[in-house]
Amino acid sequence: MTDANVATEPRHRQLGLSDEEVLAMYRQMLLARAVDERMWLMQRAGKIAFIISGQGHEGAQVGITWPMRRNHDWMAPFYRSIAATMTFGMSAEDIITAHLAKGDDVSSAGRQMPGHYGGAPYNIVSVSSPVGTQVLHAVGIAMGAWVRGDDAVAITYFGEGTANQGEIHEAMNFAGVHKLPVIFVCENNGYAISVPLVRQVAGLSVAARGAGYGMPGVTVDGGDVLGCYAAARDAHDRARNGEGPTLIEARVVRLTSHSSDDDQRRYRDPAEVEGLKAQDPIAVFGNELRAMGVLTDEIEERLRAETKAEVNEASRRAEARPDPDPATAELDVYATEVR
Amino acid sequence: MAELNILEAIRLAMDEEMERDERVMVLGEDVGRKGGVFGATDGLWAKYGDKRVLDTPLTEAMIAGAAAGAAVYGLRPIAEMQFADFVYPAFNQIVSEISRMRYRSNGTFTMPLVIRMPYGGGVHGALYHSQSNEAYFTSTVGLKVVAPGTPADARGLLKAAIRDPDPVLFFEHKKTYRLFKAEVPEGEGMVEIGKADVAREGTNLSIFCYGYMRYCALEAAETLAREDGLSAEIVDLRSLRPLDVEAVLGSVAKTGKALVVHEANRFGGYGAEVAATIAEQGFEHLDGPVMRLAAPEVPGVPYHHSLEDWYMIGPEKIVEAARALAAY
Repeated sequence: MTDANVATEPRHRQLGLSDEEVLAMYRQMLLARAVDERMWLMQRAGKIAFIISGQGHEGAQVGITWPMRRNHDWMAPFYRSIAATMTFGMSAEDIITAHLAKGDDVSSAGRQMPGHYGGAPYNIVSVSSPVGTQVLHAVGIAMGAWVRGDDAVAITYFGEGTANQGEIHEAMNFAGVHKLPVIFVCENNGYAISVPLVRQVAGLSVAARGAGYGMPGVTVDGGDVLGCYAAARDAHDRARNGEGPTLIEARVVRLTSHSSDDDQRRYRDPAEVEGLKAQDPIAVFGNELRAMGVLTDEIEERLRAETKAEVNEASRRAEARPDPDPATAELDVYATEVR
Repeated sequence: MAELNILEAIRLAMDEEMERDERVMVLGEDVGRKGGVFGATDGLWAKYGDKRVLDTPLTEAMIAGAAAGAAVYGLRPIAEMQFADFVYPAFNQIVSEISRMRYRSNGTFTMPLVIRMPYGGGVHGALYHSQSNEAYFTSTVGLKVVAPGTPADARGLLKAAIRDPDPVLFFEHKKTYRLFKAEVPEGEGMVEIGKADVAREGTNLSIFCYGYMRYCALEAAETLAREDGLSAEIVDLRSLRPLDVEAVLGSVAKTGKALVVHEANRFGGYGAEVAATIAEQGFEHLDGPVMRLAAPEVPGVPYHHSLEDWYMIGPEKIVEAARALAAY
């Protein structure tokens, strides 16, 4: 390929992505959004007690997770990681089943509240509610791979509010000291529930903190899906080549309230919320793919119909699954039950 | 086999398990080239290298959290807290994550790891190098907690802890590290977690203890036999969670009187659980109130030797408490 060709090649092909691959990324975003929206409906219908949304984060989650190797690398997600966990293997049915807390839910068999992802078959570590604890688990996994001489990479996600927790700093420092194969992803949506960035993050940049821990800190626009992909691919290469961790800060938008128990109109200007729609990563990436000639009205229509049908089917199947049996509630406290 | 002290027995257990299973690794502050501030890991770094015997930054949450991640990945980490007093930054990882991982993932993720913690006073360590904080952890479902009092138990329980599929907090009383030597058995020498040890048979009263208190209680029993003609049964619990309820009730059935001794303070301490268990399940055997001998209600072990002596439980205080109970 000559330099002249590089200049005229569409951006995704310069990154080594085919038309089919970028459409698959777009489809993954649509599917995650459709699952998310369906769960809000189910919450309002009283079928799900609580929802914590990933709407607005899908571009960053899909773009950044795309280079990760399924069933080989490892993920320690957080409570907004719907699109990330789906990109890494979880199905729409897995996600909805977990939110319905069904007895055969892959994440916890109905023991954890909604938004607590996990799945041993997918190398997705079970997540809890205290924020930031999962970041150390990713570092421990990376340490394990490093000790054993394995090729695995760990990736972990957290919000900018969590970026201030001590455990995040302990994790990044340790990973930097030993150049562990781990990727730290901060999804900065500007709010820790109600508290804006300016009241949370001194210096207003999480990525800038990477320098203090001996790793690159990269800022990407969460609407720029291909930019997110490129940053994550570079980070993955660095991790695999023994060059150590990377901190990626994705600037994303939070399109919904913090959770179904929150009302962001109490602390966000309506004009600000209205303005976010133009930054919806699905709209932004869709427009980019149209401009590149990859996405057409016909394809868009087909993808939306497919993902809607997939979510309908996933919901139907998830709702038909059995509820947990209280007779099992004392199982798996220890390997063998003890007093 | 050789006569070892407790510190040597702990080191031997780790060496044997690292030799046997290459998934076993050690991480903590100064555990590498220095071999630990007490010398528990001495020689392991030279033998197994600086990845399997890993010096960490001064970050206890990271030590526990990375151990948890490594356990998820399939390793068998042994994390060392330099002092039990410094475990609190790791409390979130231990209580929110490590203890619950199996349950919250419906048994699909497990935590086969050990956290070793030197605890206890009598070493001029004052408020922050002397704590007996086991009760914070014995009240946490999902953890196992052990506290050996002999070299053979230290080796056997640590080996069992390393092989255990669940997280084990391993409390090592600092004062016992080099206190005495005793025979450590040939072969594997495993000690099952969850089993108490009757350290001395007796008929007049039962003394329940663990860690350094075993040593003190045995001395007290000598005095009681010699000076009072009292026969004290010493039950070394060894495993605090799970508790060997059968052994506890069996001893109370035999003696009718129970004294629980520990170095931590009394209120809400581990002894309360033992006492309540006896009251609930062994009431018909009792010939007196279940008594506790525990540290005073002050926030920690004060430094000056006169203050530390005032604080610490030793053979004399045990003799005194046993006499009072026997006379009831």
